Amino acid sequence: MTRQAEQVLSLEGLTKAYPGVLACDDISFSIGRGEIHALLGENGAGKSTLVKMIYGLVAPDSGRMTLEGRPFAPPEPRAARAAGVAMVFQHFSLFDALSVAENIALGMEEAPPPRRLAARIREVSELYGLPLDPARTVGTLSAGERQRVEIVRCLLQEPRLLIMDEPTSVLTPQEVEILFETLRRLAQDGTAILYISHKLEEIRALCDSATILRRGQVVATCTPAETTAREMAEMMVGASFAAVERAPRATGEVVLEARGLSAPAPGAFGTPLRDISFSLRAGEVLGLGGVAGNGQDELLAALAGERPSPRGMLFLDGQDIGRLGPQTRRAQGLATAPEERLGHAAAPEMSLTENGLLTAAQSRGLLRRGFIDWPGARRFAEAVISRFDVRTPGPQAAARALSGGNLQKFVIGREIAQRPRVLAVNQPTWGVDAAAAAAIRQALLDMAAQGAAILVISQDLDELFEVADRFGALVGGRLSEIRPMAELSLERVGLMMGGAHDMEVAHVG
Amino acid sequence: MDLTAIQPAILIASLMVSSTPILLAALGEMVVERAGVLNLGVEGMMITGAVAGFAVAINSGSPALGFLGAAAAGAALSLAFAVLTQLLLSNHVATGLALTLAGLGLSALVGKPYEGMKAPSLPKLDLGPLAEIPFFGRVLFSHDVMVYLSLALVAGVWAFLRYTRAGLILRAVGESAEAAHALGYHVIRVRILAILFGGALAGLGGAYISLVRVPQWTEGMTAGAGWIALAIVVFASWRAGWVLVGAYLFGGVTVLQLNLQAAGAAVPVALLSASPYLVTILVLVIISARGLQGAPAALGRSFHASG
Repeated sequence: MTRQAEQVLSLEGLTKAYPGVLACDDISFSIGRGEIHALLGENGAGKSTLVKMIYGLVAPDSGRMTLEGRPFAPPEPRAARAAGVAMVFQHFSLFDALSVAENIALGMEEAPPPRRLAARIREVSELYGLPLDPARTVGTLSAGERQRVEIVRCLLQEPRLLIMDEPTSVLTPQEVEILFETLRRLAQDGTAILYISHKLEEIRALCDSATILRRGQVVATCTPAETTAREMAEMMVGASFAAVERAPRATGEVVLEARGLSAPAPGAFGTPLRDISFSLRAGEVLGLGGVAGNGQDELLAALAGERPSPRGMLFLDGQDIGRLGPQTRRAQGLATAPEERLGHAAAPEMSLTENGLLTAAQSRGLLRRGFIDWPGARRFAEAVISRFDVRTPGPQAAARALSGGNLQKFVIGREIAQRPRVLAVNQPTWGVDAAAAAAIRQALLDMAAQGAAILVISQDLDELFEVADRFGALVGGRLSEIRPMAELSLERVGLMMGGAHDMEVAHVG
Repeated sequence: MDLTAIQPAILIASLMVSSTPILLAALGEMVVERAGVLNLGVEGMMITGAVAGFAVAINSGSPALGFLGAAAAGAALSLAFAVLTQLLLSNHVATGLALTLAGLGLSALVGKPYEGMKAPSLPKLDLGPLAEIPFFGRVLFSHDVMVYLSLALVAGVWAFLRYTRAGLILRAVGESAEAAHALGYHVIRVRILAILFGGALAGLGGAYISLVRVPQWTEGMTAGAGWIALAIVVFASWRAGWVLVGAYLFGGVTVLQLNLQAAGAAVPVALLSASPYLVTILVLVIISARGLQGAPAALGRSFHASG
């Protein structure tokens, strides 16, 4: 599909260095009119720096960009938008307390008066099957709806190049299909799309061509439809890695049980838990899927003991643990790892040794009459670092100094290394590169094989298909019926997660 | 006790005068906080405005120049806060407290030669026949220009935040500096401008005390008005209209309790003196408990653009 004659954007030798790292090193590629071009790479490969240069947030040290045949060097995002570049961000670009229309007006160069803008929003959102109410406050929207706001914001500018940074991480499979339909329509109309993702199957389904980055350099280009996901993953990592293996295993007694677990929403934008029931046996992996913001964080907080539950709702080995605090639950063999790494799973300013100590002090006997066994704590942190291949100068490094993926390996590894009888994790491989994600999943399966009970809450369905024995979906704080994973198809799982809500396929035509 | 000595028309007219300093300062601080900056130096900027306004008015003989000087002095002091917190990323709370201490000390030093002097008075605005209307003429149409300016500023700030693009950008910066930056807005610039506006209004409020309400210079004469202004911003849920309600409520109870004291009410004086604080906080807590609007999400957080 690439038509060289009609290039929208071309990059030549873009280079950007930060102190100590070469974030982008001599990157060249081009995107044609109507082309959906994938940008692939692990965390830290330089994808986000590259995108920031195209969007004018960062100035390149050297190299040239050309947009529609003209030299392109946006000094700021405003200039990039004026030139026809729009971007859907992965994080940080919506304002919770403002309305949909206000959020959209902020992303436009010359916003029309509010009434006309509201009408335009309705018009464009219906045209593309992304219904939105312009007057709603963004903080009350679901993750999928928020993304619609971002996409509609871009569409209103009628961009020539649309950049999408990990857009599907918050969508159900049905919503993803509708998004893809919208993107294909846009491409047909001539918009060039730069699509960043690490979901390789999605890239195979959607993209015309792909550029693969590793350590700031273009290491390969390919046609995704003709390349297997595994080949692409290996190009990203630069080495082959072992596939996750499931050993057959026997399930034992019920260890953890929730009976009608309910809790009010923790804050204005939180989700209440409504009548959640499940039982988890020794040696099995229970996977809970769902779109972000449907009660995942709240459920993990209830299991961890961060928020105590009323009596008669939560049982460990048949004992009511609802009123027990996190340390007591840990001592009884229930370990948990929340999704947010910095500030929740780990204290950002403290060293890895100290962070290790925070959850492992009791189970590993690192306390002696109230005094800390520092050499023991250091050995524990070092053991986690080497077993899970955490890239860091050493256990004295502050948690904040690690990249997201490396810190994730540490906080999950810290729990796995304590060999709990029950482990509940939320998004265990979020933002972790493919090889390390495979290692974490393998470790979870190995634990189950040795008789531990594992609860994996994840938004990554591929991950759940890989590790879970049974599956349930969280929707609006409720848990669906739990079914054996082997009986489920991706489509069926999507419907359990709430399907496509009120979305419909674009009727541009 | 002689309650007939308290005339409603004069009571309401004087409550508008007594509320104006707090209204101006609170309105300015509200804009600052909507941009995500917590400036606890309101008291310091008010007293600086009070002394600067007084000194300029005495030396020039013009109260109008006095108010301009006060606004400039308040803004100048807030510029120090802006440089420290926005460019050097110092802590908002500590820097604001230091600003108050600096303002109090500086004003005492500058104001020494002016103690005991009398300021040129700000004339009442002549509204002709309007002032002749019974009751309402006395209440609404016989004030000086600053009272009307403060009311116009309330309406102006409300309309600015609600209807203009610049106001939307300011709110966006206060909600999420990172998101505003990603969209290409100049977070630091917006915040510095908001801080300067807040400083200028605090300066005007201070000058209104030294030039109209009292009108002379005494050390520490703002007597905590800046702190009341800060509290009113919070309890008014960061809304211009409620800031007006809060400030007038505080001013009203202050005037009323003074009148009650003069009339010899059989209530302990200490309780009467405390009543403006108690009533204002009580009423505004009840208002804000309805959860009209939360604090700006990025309030008090430093922003530094990275990579």
